[in-house]
Amino acid sequence: MTDIPAPRHIPDRLDKPLSSAIFSWEALLVVVAVAIFAINSFASPYFLDPYSLSDLTFNFTEKGLIAFAMALLIISGEIDLSVAATIALASTMMGMAVQAGADTPVLVLIGIVVGLGCGAFNGLLVTRLGLPSIVVTIGTMSLFRGIAFIILGDQAYKGYPESFAFFGQGYVWWVVSFELALFLIAALVYWFLLHRTSFGRRVFAIGNNPVAAQFSGVRVGRIKFILFCLTGLMSGIASVLITSRLGSTRPSIAQGYELEVITMVVLGGVSILGGAGSIVGVVLAAFIMGLVTFGLGLLNVPGIVMSIFIGVLLIIVIALPIVWRRLRGNS
Amino acid sequence: MKAFLKYREIWLAAAIIVLIGLISTRFPAFADPGNLRQVFNDTSILMILALGQMVVILTRSIDLSMASNLCFTGMVVAMLNAAYPAIPIPLLIVIALVVGMLLGAINGLLVWRLNIPSIVVTLGTLTIYRGATFVLSGGAWVNADKMSPDFIGFQRAALLGIPVLSWIAILVIALFFVLMTRTALGRSIYAIGVNPTASVYTGIDVGRTKFIVFCISGMIGGLAGYLWISRYVIASVEVANGYELNIIAACVIGGISIAGGIGSVGGAVLGALFLGIISNALPVINISPFWQMAISGSAIILAVVLNARGERQQGRIILRKAEAA
Repeated sequence: MTDIPAPRHIPDRLDKPLSSAIFSWEALLVVVAVAIFAINSFASPYFLDPYSLSDLTFNFTEKGLIAFAMALLIISGEIDLSVAATIALASTMMGMAVQAGADTPVLVLIGIVVGLGCGAFNGLLVTRLGLPSIVVTIGTMSLFRGIAFIILGDQAYKGYPESFAFFGQGYVWWVVSFELALFLIAALVYWFLLHRTSFGRRVFAIGNNPVAAQFSGVRVGRIKFILFCLTGLMSGIASVLITSRLGSTRPSIAQGYELEVITMVVLGGVSILGGAGSIVGVVLAAFIMGLVTFGLGLLNVPGIVMSIFIGVLLIIVIALPIVWRRLRGNS
Repeated sequence: MKAFLKYREIWLAAAIIVLIGLISTRFPAFADPGNLRQVFNDTSILMILALGQMVVILTRSIDLSMASNLCFTGMVVAMLNAAYPAIPIPLLIVIALVVGMLLGAINGLLVWRLNIPSIVVTLGTLTIYRGATFVLSGGAWVNADKMSPDFIGFQRAALLGIPVLSWIAILVIALFFVLMTRTALGRSIYAIGVNPTASVYTGIDVGRTKFIVFCISGMIGGLAGYLWISRYVIASVEVANGYELNIIAACVIGGISIAGGIGSVGGAVLGALFLGIISNALPVINISPFWQMAISGSAIILAVVLNARGERQQGRIILRKAEAA
């Protein structure tokens, strides 16, 4: 009993057998995406066309941009339900600025700053006062959209300058829209941030065990605050895109987006309990949701029926690995 | 006296009385008993729904699908009534309860058997149930002229000077009060919220209790479906769209902790009443109804700030000390 145990070798990362890559969440999503893609191209002759595929991307780019930041936030164990309300408030502020004669650069700046401000407000409430984020953001969701309603009532802001239309309607190259380009760039940035920086490691650490993270010297409050700001920032950017695409602002703009964004994140394999997830998964989930809505749209399926597919997809994709594991465990 | 003041409900009730007082300085008739009875009646459906949501939140779960359940079940009873006006209203209510409970049971089974977090399950069924309403109705509306006079009139009939709708709310409140304070199920619901692991060791079947809780919230959603449709006399896919968050807001204002285990029937009722009073008061004191959303949002934030003061947990305090050191 006097043996001193040999120092345990702790590898930097665990070995990953090939099978784990094949059975990974991302692989499952790729299979689903390819299946839906194939079904779509069989079902409608209009599907496999660069221009319709380009239209398809508008279905998910705006929500996808928010989903990246939301993924980080959910991994850290928090949530933000106020993203759609932030879009409404930022869009309303941009509308007011237009009435005052502001030009495109100012509008974009206002949209982004308002978004950032909303995110910082959530972040302060959650980190400084230690409140549960789900309740705080249900509150700010009503508050932000409520302010938009107070300002606009049943009116709408129109008359955005022509140069402003580029963000939501312009194309960078051939069929690649500005929105899609921004989505892809954001995907790269967030992938790098989450999977290749110490900041990303800290986000995972907080999600897995905030107390342990705190005692390991991670500034939990500050990182969560930054994540809320990022989510607000992305909502502000999304607000610029949507307002530019629609060319008008109503207080009901982007209604219900928050649940779609969260669906996208969860479908992408991010654990709603925090601590696990990947940006690749979120990108794939965004494509899948875009494919489903667009494909069904080509078949003249009404939007509300599409939402059934999204809901069923969400539950099945979450349930499948659990059932699979249980079946293997029993045999 | 001090112990008395510790109850959140007392503070909330005081806030409501102050609120009514403030409103009546601008519009004296608001505090009239007849008007307050009207406010209670207007808030009945929200109170019932908040109670259903409460039992779910107490077990550390959440039911986002209640408003969609309401929409679906409301459509079912409205279409049944339009097609077979002979079905008596009590039977329709039973049908609403059963349909609602089945939808709740689907949520409950997924949470119980597959261990999927309730927020994910009900986020999915939120869209599924509303989509199913569209499939069921083909996108058509059921208007007042297709509903039987009994269907519309039942909840409006006065019993001892109070509409049946209010009586139903009172009955539901009483049932929930008995459930939460006088039954083993009520005790286990609280126990699961306070400490799920300890509950397992005390012999509580956590999964099964969660299943039952979702059945209850589903049943309430179904009941509210009939009440809502017969009150606003239109059944469409858009009914109560986004209302799930109002229900949760009522619970939060009522002091029910989203972390589970803390909350009471009185709190949920008062939280709903608070929102109901605001929405009833705005038009009479000449504030645009567009203010309502921002006001209830501020109320939620304020409520959660105040609640958190009473709920600071030991672990947090240790962390705060560590932070300070």
